[in-house]
Amino acid sequence: MTATRAEVCVAACADLFRDDGEILASPMGLIPTLGARLARRTTAPDLLLSDGEATLLAEAPALGESAPAEGWLPYRRVFDVVAYGRRHVVMGANQLDRHGNQNISCIGPHDRPVRQLLGVRGAPGNTVNHRTSYWVPRHSPRVFVPEVDVVSGVGTNRDPGRFHDLHRVVTNLAVLDLTGPGGTLRLRSTHPGVTVEEVLAQTGFPLDTSEVTETRRPEEHEIALIRRLDPQARRDREVP
Amino acid sequence: MTAEQVVGELADGMTVGIGGWGSRRKPMALVKAILRSPLRDLTVVSYGGPDLGMLCAAGKVRRAVYGFVSLDSILYDPWFQQVRQRGGLEVSEVDEGMLQTGLRAAGHRLPFLPIRAGLASDVLRLNPDLRLVECPYTGEELLAMPALPLDAALVHLNLADPHGNARYLGPDPYFDDLFCLAATRRYLSCERVVDTAALVAAGPPQGLLLNRMMVDGVVESPGGAGFTSCVPDYDRDEQAQRAYATAAREQSWESFVDSYLRED
Repeated sequence: MTATRAEVCVAACADLFRDDGEILASPMGLIPTLGARLARRTTAPDLLLSDGEATLLAEAPALGESAPAEGWLPYRRVFDVVAYGRRHVVMGANQLDRHGNQNISCIGPHDRPVRQLLGVRGAPGNTVNHRTSYWVPRHSPRVFVPEVDVVSGVGTNRDPGRFHDLHRVVTNLAVLDLTGPGGTLRLRSTHPGVTVEEVLAQTGFPLDTSEVTETRRPEEHEIALIRRLDPQARRDREVP
Repeated sequence: MTAEQVVGELADGMTVGIGGWGSRRKPMALVKAILRSPLRDLTVVSYGGPDLGMLCAAGKVRRAVYGFVSLDSILYDPWFQQVRQRGGLEVSEVDEGMLQTGLRAAGHRLPFLPIRAGLASDVLRLNPDLRLVECPYTGEELLAMPALPLDAALVHLNLADPHGNARYLGPDPYFDDLFCLAATRRYLSCERVVDTAALVAAGPPQGLLLNRMMVDGVVESPGGAGFTSCVPDYDRDEQAQRAYATAAREQSWESFVDSYLRED
């Protein structure tokens, strides 16, 4: 079996949780959700997963299916977990800068936005309390900008405190982290078939490219699992 | 009470907290009654969904306090987007955990509570009134989230008795108890009013979210959260919600709200 690009992305998202132990995984979006469920079924069996509403799931179900419950996690208790720190969130990002500052609030001036988005949501609290990663399904200069319009998620250059832990950024092209000079984005790996030049052309600022490898291809058993978790291949619509 | 009587007790310029979350268990019958009223210049505090979108689109809101505005199955509320993009709406956009903390502070009659969320983010730039506080024990700087006292709270639950004891039957209480504790006047709409014994018998004691010292008025309003969800009584009416969102592209606010309010 040859993994598709979407499946490479799912495996890269699963790898985000590899060493997390017994914490709450909070993936936002389809590919990170598949990644967290794949991790739970392979390398990270102790992860806690929620149904996205108020129930902790005892098993990682396929998309659209239910699973037995193992606990209760209404929104108010999610805020408790955020403050407690035993959580790894994978958020989306309308904009992301080279220090990992993220914007999901609005585009343009905040008093009169060109485009109103969600609002800062839980991004400020997430990023100063526990491990945070990002998923960007369309890696482009529109997302990777020199400066975000609103800092919703806190980056490495803003005195973010002792619990700040920006882990990685997974995109449809590559995996990045924040170990570049001065806590800037560094290109860790490009997905099979993607060149470093392509990633640079789709990024609106310079990246540290001193040590780039190829993103690992998921193994046979992982590909089979991904296809069972997402039998309708919704992942291919998010990452063609 | 009726929804109209509840709105009759509100006044222009009040700060009103609206319970529920996004497009979930919102007190939409009470929101509709506000839409029909001449009320204006409200400050609305909400985990925002179509409640905030509608009130903003109808010109009822001077200031919105929120962490997000979303229709859940539709990521952005297009009416709220339009109002924001026109400019002029005063907003206090904060981390959603800060909103909970501000409600807790108000309910505890404290001027503020410390929280880490918001530090180092643009929440501080966008809300220049926010202050930091230094811990007297460790010297650590934290955000001093000011209390969010409400003139009125509007919430919708599944089941209540006539005195204001009430329970939720779905999986999530959201923050409806905190909205009531933070408010001077507290109004509850519910799917069914039953006697106290039936209310207590309808589920476990910990599902009794509100007691009668937290509620001033009860409105029986079957379907009163629609088109938002009110599980297990009903799921979100996705078709009605889509119509609300689509109208933002195709129609004026007036023609949408006319047909929306005529449905009752």
